[in-house]
Amino acid sequence: MSTTFDQVATIIAETCDIPRDTITPESHAIDDLGIDSLDFLDIAFAIDKAFGIKLPLEKWTQEVNDGKATTEQYFVLKNLSARIDELVAAKGA
Amino acid sequence: MQLEYFHLIDRITDLDIGAKTIAVEAQVPERSSIFEGHFPGHPLMPGVLLIEAMAQTSGWLLIALTNFERMPFLGAVKEAKMRGFVTPGQLLNITAGIVHEGSGFAMTAAKISVGGELKCNATITFRQVAFPNPELRGYMDAMAKRIGFPHQASADD
Repeated sequence: MSTTFDQVATIIAETCDIPRDTITPESHAIDDLGIDSLDFLDIAFAIDKAFGIKLPLEKWTQEVNDGKATTEQYFVLKNLSARIDELVAAKGA
Repeated sequence: MQLEYFHLIDRITDLDIGAKTIAVEAQVPERSSIFEGHFPGHPLMPGVLLIEAMAQTSGWLLIALTNFERMPFLGAVKEAKMRGFVTPGQLLNITAGIVHEGSGFAMTAAKISVGGELKCNATITFRQVAFPNPELRGYMDAMAKRIGFPHQASADD
């Protein structure tokens, strides 16, 4: 069974035409992979569908803009995967 | 339609909040300076305006679903297919439905038919943000009234 990171990496590779082997858990979606906000909507759509969740992008963006969080907390892929796991767990609770 | 003002929707004929679908009508004008250039001797409704009409139709659905709290702005158009010519004077039936409601964005599937014949379709992505100023919000309220937006159909009713 593939990990959440593996699924996310595959989604990013297929959605943004980025070589899969260049995507690591330490990759920052924006700073390292060059994914812009519009492309990230396609990724969010695919993640929402794959995991049956709704990534709270507006909340995350607000937190970053307010200085309450860093982009690394949400857009480094190992952290994004952890957030997804939390959302999936919360849905099943 | 008032092409020069980008008023591409004439009236909402159905808005189903539960099903998250909308249907509108739009009458292509018989005359417009646009047809003088597109094309001389063979006037056609430009495909980009058909896409805009599908986007505006989708936009009204999204405005309804957010109770006029968010303004949808066009983000992406995918799989847009122009399947047949649309000519001056034709009555367009435009429908749209939700493909996905994300956080701060949404995707719709829209299509235009004339007399039951499918003319074009597309999947459209919108960013949804708070109205940037009261002027735009007021304009959209006035436009809603003009096209018969059924306010009783808002999402929190």
